[in-house]
Amino acid sequence: MTTTDPRPQRDRDAEELLSSLRGNTLPLWAPRVVVGIAATVAVLGALSSLGVVRGVLLGWLLTFALPIWSRVVEGPRKATDRLVTLLVYSAFSLALIPLGSIIWTVFSRGLSVMSAEFLTYSMRNVVGEGGGIYHAIMGTLLITGAATVISVPIGLFTAIYIVEYGDGNRVSKGIRFLVDVMTGIPSIVAGLFAYALFVLFFGEGVRMGIGGSVALAVLMIPVVVRSSEEMLKLVPNELREASLALGVPQWRTIAKVVVPTALAGIVTGVTLAIARVIGETAPLLIIAGATDSTNFNLFDGRMATLPVFAYTSIRFPGVPPEFSIDRGWGAALTLLVIVMLLNLVARLVSFFFSPKGER
Amino acid sequence: MTSQLAPEPAKARRTPTRPGDRVFFGISFGAALVILLTLAGVAIFLTAEGIPGVTASADQVKSGLSFPAYVGPLVYGTLLAAVIALVLAVPVAIGVALFISHFSPRRLSSVFGYVIDLLAAVPSVVYGAWGIIFLAPTIVPFYRWLYDNLGFIPLFAGPPSATGSTILTAGIVLAIMVLPIVTAICREIFLQTPRLHQEAALALGATRWEMVRMAVFPYARSGIVSASMLGLGRALGETMAVAMVLSPALVVTPNLISSTNPNTIASNIALSFPEASGLTVNALIASGLVLFVITFAVNFAARAIVDRRKDFSGAN
Repeated sequence: MTTTDPRPQRDRDAEELLSSLRGNTLPLWAPRVVVGIAATVAVLGALSSLGVVRGVLLGWLLTFALPIWSRVVEGPRKATDRLVTLLVYSAFSLALIPLGSIIWTVFSRGLSVMSAEFLTYSMRNVVGEGGGIYHAIMGTLLITGAATVISVPIGLFTAIYIVEYGDGNRVSKGIRFLVDVMTGIPSIVAGLFAYALFVLFFGEGVRMGIGGSVALAVLMIPVVVRSSEEMLKLVPNELREASLALGVPQWRTIAKVVVPTALAGIVTGVTLAIARVIGETAPLLIIAGATDSTNFNLFDGRMATLPVFAYTSIRFPGVPPEFSIDRGWGAALTLLVIVMLLNLVARLVSFFFSPKGER
Repeated sequence: MTSQLAPEPAKARRTPTRPGDRVFFGISFGAALVILLTLAGVAIFLTAEGIPGVTASADQVKSGLSFPAYVGPLVYGTLLAAVIALVLAVPVAIGVALFISHFSPRRLSSVFGYVIDLLAAVPSVVYGAWGIIFLAPTIVPFYRWLYDNLGFIPLFAGPPSATGSTILTAGIVLAIMVLPIVTAICREIFLQTPRLHQEAALALGATRWEMVRMAVFPYARSGIVSASMLGLGRALGETMAVAMVLSPALVVTPNLISSTNPNTIASNIALSFPEASGLTVNALIASGLVLFVITFAVNFAARAIVDRRKDFSGAN
């Protein structure tokens, strides 16, 4: 006990009592310092002869010093808490690794073939180097566009039925259940369905762009229904009542009041649904097939699409393989950029056009 | 709906049903019926086109096998790949969901949510390409290590594949694909845990982990189960990632890292369909029907669990 402490005896006693109640704690900087040291070791290890994988593993193992230290100082309960916190942060970092790796791989490999020629030439009569993905881009846009034209009216009107007319009765509950079931249809089964349907009319071995649209619509309709339904439910009842009280028929109320109010959300949902199906490969592989020429007619013969083109170029590259694989990565990059843009557009639409107060 | 708030049966209806109303209702109801017809169509057309494939004799199809012998190994491969994916993905997904809902800095958590959702936006063919070109060659040393050190376990009996095109690689890619789905559902459910339960636990002196274990997990248990099953449904039906990564054979083996791997139904259809003709096509469609039935059962069970939970928890 020194006499230099100017505080009264009472305060010092209180502090002692508090610390005896609180138990020992690690200093606030402890996690930061441990993680900092571990990160330094990981980077040094990755740059040295250990290699990236072992270096990062070593750094990760070092972070476990924190729960061990905590166990010595703070006791088992807080140590478990710190251990779990560490594991939860690790899980998130682990999930980021494949995301980063995929984006890096696609961009680094895809950018090498990207050029004006690549985007504006088809693969007709191309052997070896050269050629492009114009035919696949056109096929993807046509087939997805037709799928959107099929599924948006069906999906939107189904949502209107469930929310505006069904109102929780048995039929609307049944429809909702079927929509849930439809969400779980594997994409390849949708493709087989479209094939089995078209075989009835056009005979065996049928390949048609519109068949791909039907298959994609099967996958897209449930997404459109669910998102439109959520959006229609958000429309305040007062708006409907005000319109009906003015003597406006129900159908005009829906068309002029309810749907316009929910429009931004519906557009967002439809855009996200397009982004989801535009990358589907399996159904198009079955019913739309693959071709080297540009085909603008949905109702006549095979149509190339970006995902199928990327798949066949990478899985069956032929001889010599490198040109075909490069083109496959170019197609994958184009597809990824389209999907990311669609997601961005959806977010922007919902941000700028949704009714005020619901952002 | 709101116009029928006060039913007055005695008076004649004041507002007559206008023709426009009837037409509009007809269109909406018709659209709902189309969904019913589509689902019925999926079942009926697949059955109609699949039956000739089931009854076809062994020498009429390309594989030279009767239908049960043909589809059996495929069902095994489908389940195996999906189970690997779930075993790898669910613990990580729960961790990521907890990170976003309870552990990350509050202001950044929605940004982290978007980042994980980005994984769901990547097209499956890109996953497949990444799996075969990047992941498979990178992971070969790890398989060799597994074989050298854990080779006594039948799962890693080897000999390890030199290309990395194994069912385990396919399972890892599938795990990455179902991760965002399971994470998104778990996150929603974790966030729905009643605030008061959590604050009560914290006020009693629980650490954050003890609060999660005592308040969040009991509340979210059935949600985690159904999220995993929805992920399972996705993993069962995923085609391209497996079709691009795997070097398939028609075998049943527990060995995860050798160069002979069981194929999955979906990937087998994608690989065989473009060149198939005659009854082989019907056999493939029948195998697709088997896949549809399996995923339907899994999704149905998952939805049932979600709905049962709704009734009891009053969360919705």
